[in-house]
Amino acid sequence: MSTTVAKGTKWWSGGHSPFNVEYGKLMMWYFLMSDAFTFGAFLISYGTIRFSANSWPDPNEVYQSFPFLGNGLPLLFVSLMTFILIISSVTMVLAVHAGHRGDKRGVVINLIWTILGGLAFLGCQAWEWTHLYHEGAWWGSNPFPNADGSTGHHDFTNFFFTITGFHGFHVFSGVIINIVMLIMTLNGVFERRGHYLMIEKAGLYWHFVDLVWVFVFTCFYLI
Amino acid sequence: MAQTATADSNAGKREIKRVTIILSVLTLVELALGFSMIGMEESFLRHFIKGAIVILMLAKAFYITAYFMHLGHELKNMIMTIVVPLGLFIWFIIAFLADGSSYRNLRNNYDKSYHERTTQPANQGATPGKHDVKDVKPKTGAPEGGSSVGH
Repeated sequence: MSTTVAKGTKWWSGGHSPFNVEYGKLMMWYFLMSDAFTFGAFLISYGTIRFSANSWPDPNEVYQSFPFLGNGLPLLFVSLMTFILIISSVTMVLAVHAGHRGDKRGVVINLIWTILGGLAFLGCQAWEWTHLYHEGAWWGSNPFPNADGSTGHHDFTNFFFTITGFHGFHVFSGVIINIVMLIMTLNGVFERRGHYLMIEKAGLYWHFVDLVWVFVFTCFYLI
Repeated sequence: MAQTATADSNAGKREIKRVTIILSVLTLVELALGFSMIGMEESFLRHFIKGAIVILMLAKAFYITAYFMHLGHELKNMIMTIVVPLGLFIWFIIAFLADGSSYRNLRNNYDKSYHERTTQPANQGATPGKHDVKDVKPKTGAPEGGSSVGH
């Protein structure tokens, strides 16, 4: 599936796919676009509520723990989570890349790394949720005061758990998809098919998960 | 034929490496800016740093979609069918954030008790209003409350 096409091709006069991509890949793009609006709606409603509040908890006071290292370490744990996701995105690109060359071994190795990265991220998130739960934070309950010392509203925790939960669910389904891709690769399904386009579509989904995290990370932990 | 394939593959690998480095550096800069904001008073500088972080976030989003998701290498018509609808976000963000801030001003102006309740320090609040649900909650029961404080 090469993307190089002769100049001056008449895309819309028949005989070609006008966008020069496979149907499934195009539909994956449109699905991701709709998913971007779902996440966008969540994050914008979070922004609306935050703009309508007189004060808001300081993320550096809330997210400041690291497993085995204790408290007072703002931003450290979430940096780890961010880098895990970026690296797993890189291994996914490498898997797609190996697929282009028909290099089955490369696809398998990089998919395994991607799956491990996804599981590591989910583990981090599970730890963070458990930790916050033990501090008294959950849907409908917010123990953290606002930055100006006034009582914190549970909007803060509701949005945090809903949005990171929805993102975590995407990571989880991405891991499942990648495991299915790994099994199919090992069984030689793509080899028989003659191309690894399926890996490309799974890759698009996985990168989208990373992309959403860029926004979630910034909106909840940084600003 | 085989040679061009390896040349393509090497160029692709180099691009992946380059984008990985760019994304890592952007993240590190974001984190450095985040650290610099710790303990800073509300000020113009703080808002400026927040703006810078948002711009870096958009740069990261661009690199992920354009290179990792390969959107930059697709046909322009296809790119446009995805990017143009996303332009709705420009309206979406501006309209809803403005709405939120207008709601805050209206409430503070016309509901003075709300303003008092939400700006005074937590411990001096005599009667918890409906916005302080977790204060009203009894210590026991409420299984999802996570009443055990301290960890």
